[in-house]
Amino acid sequence: MSQGLINVAYIGATILFILALGGLSKQETARRGNLFGMIGMGLALVVTIIGLVTSNYAFLIGALVVGGSVGLILAKKVEMTQMPELVAILHSLVGLAAVLVGYANFLSHATGFSGIELTIHHIETYIGILIGALTFSGSVVAYLKLSGKWGGKPLLLPARHWLNLGLLILAIYFGIQFVNNAAEGAGLTALAIMTIIALLFGIHMVAAIGGADMPVVVSMLNSYSGWAAAALGFLLSNDLLIVVGALVGSSGAILSYIMCRAMNRNFISVIAGGFGSGAPKASGPAAEIEGEVTPINVEEVADMVTSAKEVMIIPGYGMAVAQAQHMVSDITKTLRKKGVNVRFGIHPVAGRMPGHMNVLLAEAKVPYDIVFEMEEINEDFPDVDVSIVIGANDIVNPAAQEVPDSPIAGMPVLEPWNGKNTIVLKRGMASGYAGVENPLFYKENTRMLFGDAKESLEALFKLMS
Amino acid sequence: MRIGVPREVFDGEQRVATTPEAAQQLQKLGFSVAIESGAGNTAKLSDSDYADAGVEIIESTQALWKDSDIILKVRAPENSEIELLHEGQMIISFMAPAQNPELLQKLADKKVTALAMETIPRLSRSQKMDALSSQANIGGYRAIIEAAQHFGRFFTGQITAAGKVPPAKVLVIGAGVAGLAAIGTARGMGAIVRAFDTRPEVKEQVESMDGEFLMLEFEEDGSGEGGYAKTMSKEFIDAEMALFAEQAKDVDIIVTTALIPGRPAPELITEDMVKSMREGSVIVDLAAAMGGNCKLTEADKVVVKHGVNIVGYTDLPSRLPTQASQLYSTNLRHLLSDMTPEKDGNVIVDFEDEVVRGATVVKEGEITFPPPPPKLSAAPAKKPEPAVVEEEEPKEPSKLKPWIPFIIGGLALWGLGTSAPDSFMSHFTVFVLSCFVGYMVIWNVSPSLHTPLMSVTNAISSIIIIGALLQISSPDPWVIILAGIAVLITSVNIVGGFAVTQRMLDMFRK
Repeated sequence: MSQGLINVAYIGATILFILALGGLSKQETARRGNLFGMIGMGLALVVTIIGLVTSNYAFLIGALVVGGSVGLILAKKVEMTQMPELVAILHSLVGLAAVLVGYANFLSHATGFSGIELTIHHIETYIGILIGALTFSGSVVAYLKLSGKWGGKPLLLPARHWLNLGLLILAIYFGIQFVNNAAEGAGLTALAIMTIIALLFGIHMVAAIGGADMPVVVSMLNSYSGWAAAALGFLLSNDLLIVVGALVGSSGAILSYIMCRAMNRNFISVIAGGFGSGAPKASGPAAEIEGEVTPINVEEVADMVTSAKEVMIIPGYGMAVAQAQHMVSDITKTLRKKGVNVRFGIHPVAGRMPGHMNVLLAEAKVPYDIVFEMEEINEDFPDVDVSIVIGANDIVNPAAQEVPDSPIAGMPVLEPWNGKNTIVLKRGMASGYAGVENPLFYKENTRMLFGDAKESLEALFKLMS
Repeated sequence: MRIGVPREVFDGEQRVATTPEAAQQLQKLGFSVAIESGAGNTAKLSDSDYADAGVEIIESTQALWKDSDIILKVRAPENSEIELLHEGQMIISFMAPAQNPELLQKLADKKVTALAMETIPRLSRSQKMDALSSQANIGGYRAIIEAAQHFGRFFTGQITAAGKVPPAKVLVIGAGVAGLAAIGTARGMGAIVRAFDTRPEVKEQVESMDGEFLMLEFEEDGSGEGGYAKTMSKEFIDAEMALFAEQAKDVDIIVTTALIPGRPAPELITEDMVKSMREGSVIVDLAAAMGGNCKLTEADKVVVKHGVNIVGYTDLPSRLPTQASQLYSTNLRHLLSDMTPEKDGNVIVDFEDEVVRGATVVKEGEITFPPPPPKLSAAPAKKPEPAVVEEEEPKEPSKLKPWIPFIIGGLALWGLGTSAPDSFMSHFTVFVLSCFVGYMVIWNVSPSLHTPLMSVTNAISSIIIIGALLQISSPDPWVIILAGIAVLITSVNIVGGFAVTQRMLDMFRK
């Protein structure tokens, strides 16, 4: 196959990938978008295998089939509540692949470069492997944290900023070493040391990030996996990789930015360390909340929601933990049959990854046209008779608006307290990930329904039907 | 301990201090409950209802008082009842301790412990025990019903084939619990409702009940301690009276609820104002028991003065006896459960507890009224006016600052352009343009699709597989192995990413 044909096929694949991302802008076109993505990937693979691979077909096909089957099984088996973990672990695979390809490329001693081109080539190798290793170890830690195998508390080593800076300087030092040595055909040692440094850096970076910031981390790692692909594209002089890497990289970066904005946090401070760092300041105002919480029982809740006209449901990570989304959906259906207008208000950082709540609700067959974003719906709260907060805390915390020195001050939040009544489903009186007391629970029109969200909702559903 | 509930002896009192439901709850706290036979009759609660709830029915008044450790009542004990008390007993009821020092003395002489429901401090925690509010709510509702009865016209305006009927205009003075209940009831019947209160913070509450709040162009805040009103300055009262005089000419019904704790009711409606009202108008004076807000009010009576019906009933809550009893007994039950932390039927008079301290007017023969002032108001403490943020010195607007990124970027590009070879630059062009395409495309993605976006970008970032494919044909076995593993794991990613995206997207439905 001629190089021209291959290039044309790559251009086709590129366009298909852009269309795939563009298709995701709307629910109606999203499925077609995904199809475009698959076609694009298939095209790129077939053309590369036919046009550029010359031997080892059996090995290649075997790896493809085995890997593909594993992927398919994973995709079919995964619970929707575990999506963040799945995405994190898939990111780690991209990172690992980038490292492997980088090493393979280095070992195969590309020829035809000299002078500045050779230096650039080595720098590309180095950066590709660095980002790949970082993505790999960071994603693995993110996976462990998301699946609860690693505590949600940020790991705050003393002088961690200096540690990070030290690692960076070391990485640069070994980078120079590597480029110098590689010119003479050596440099594997420097490359290996750097890989270890990058792995450590990835672990440390994600370990230092608090649970509430996980959506940022997941999207950030998404971004890194893209940059790793782009770096390899430079390394291999392959425009397809560069384009796709840049697309994915900027996509992840934008998602990170959206998540940060939703928490009113700046990207650097998320990366630099967990929410815990702001805590000492918080202990003062937190203690000053007056009044007490008013508990409510399921019977009263049933009365309230069935006699309401407008109900707003605000789900949070707690709903995912309790696997309560199906119960929520059943209750929604029953209420809608009775003529109650039920809507959902979703905060951008609800859950552990961007859009997590939407996926869970979709899984439970909640129609997507009653699921709204925070910005679409915040103004409607005064008309809402009952807001039901399920397993959410920080995203409905009025302290963000009322307490200027709160650690979450300025973060945009949903405002159920402007409605007539709020019911909060909660296990106990623990504070959210941000460790901030929530004055919402003490408001006069707030009622607390204590207990496991799923059990409470099941009891509620029984009473309603 | 044993709780005894006697029949109310006050003339016309129809409430009872506990209902069968409340009695059951009290038994859960470890108490045994006894009731005087027939005590619930006026509240439509029969002896058999109580018996079903496990309450002992006692025929003899004397026996009930003698054998009970705690007496629950609605009205303050009469002299004949005080006679029946004995040392060590506890009695809980309304007592109006500020107006009744003799009563306290008599109770003290009997060496009993007495708790007055009026003096429970208004804390958020004690809302559930606030019998004044629970009864005032009923009183406010009933006030409008009484007004409607004496008012010979519709409340709601109507336009009928037979002509137009204007809506009644109601003025509610004092927007406390009773006032708000009155506003809600009158609005529900279709009247135009205006309300006045010395505390400007209740404006919102009035408006939430769909009433119109009359503002006084006067700077003074009438909020006193514990959420009640306080006495106002002379100038304020003059302005207020002028407002009432003007309103009296216009409205059909006036409901007054103005009370300041522990003081005679302020006189707000003068004889002249009554004269200026239309024939057939109604005044319902909820402060009649404390002397009345209207000069012409006579307690417990309906009088017609200058053609205006003035209702001075002091037992409005008692006129809805079943519900009034139910709410009052719930208040009592909450107070008792607060005082029985162990749920073992033994009450503890704990003076560290602000609620119990406030309620207790006599402890073991010693008068403990008035209590120290409550520390917290039900309304959140006023925040100090935010210090006026000092007008930030208009910083020398750094003209350079917004350009710094561009300058740095430009320098970097120049550096790159001078040193990098052409082959690199062409790739770099593609890279930068792709970043911009990504930027444009991703911003359009609906936030609800962010998770599918991540899984699909994840799948396509596995395009790294191309890199592995390029190397898998290498002669070097190490390279083959590395590339093979890379192919393996990226294909996990490709298939897994696309499949899970498809699965998610299939779930989204209208």
